[in-house]
Amino acid sequence: MNFEHVAGKDKGKITLYALSTCIWCKKTKELLAALGVSFDYIYVDLLKGEDRNQAIAEIKRYNPGLSFPTLVIGEKGIVGFREKEIKEALG
Amino acid sequence: MADDLYGPGQQEIDKLYLRLERDAKQGGYNLNPDVEFVKGLAKGLLVNEMRYGYRACPCRLASDDKIQDKDIICPCNYRDADVAEFGACYCALYVSGAVLKGDKELGSIPERRPPAEERQKPGKASGPELSAAGFMKL
Repeated sequence: MNFEHVAGKDKGKITLYALSTCIWCKKTKELLAALGVSFDYIYVDLLKGEDRNQAIAEIKRYNPGLSFPTLVIGEKGIVGFREKEIKEALG
Repeated sequence: MADDLYGPGQQEIDKLYLRLERDAKQGGYNLNPDVEFVKGLAKGLLVNEMRYGYRACPCRLASDDKIQDKDIICPCNYRDADVAEFGACYCALYVSGAVLKGDKELGSIPERRPPAEERQKPGKASGPELSAAGFMKL
């Protein structure tokens, strides 16, 4: 899987699983960028075959409902655009 | 990774926006008052139409199988319940009167669609079971 990397402050491993068409995913990505943290993101709707299956399996570890956005900060999964929760998790 | 593999033109987006607005009014629904937000969703719907052949919810992962995704073709089957309970549908394309008036704030809401494993398999609708020969089992 090829994640896109956004450079910024190192706050540990932050991964955003998103859809390219989803507004809440876009807002989450914009929030992370505005917070200036380093993160990786991937658009699952643009993946095919094994990459897609692998991404789905990873998301389900944190969010069995497989909804988007799913943000993983360290080992904590945050489902949906939860501004307050995201800010708190990033200290 | 490009944000847009296929970018619908502004004219197409504006046209769909007007159509959504008209249909919402006729059906007694309210579109989200944030025009740019709605146009962003209209764009997502057009991308999905181009990609899959149907307007799958832009905020959900479509399977590229129209029958499997029947429940998430916009307006999705979960719209009414979500607008009633949370003040908006899953994408926040449709909102309640309270949200429209500014009495309630919008946000990401929980997913009401059951996980794939729990969804009823299409074509296995409840009803009398037919044998291979097409006779009804008694």
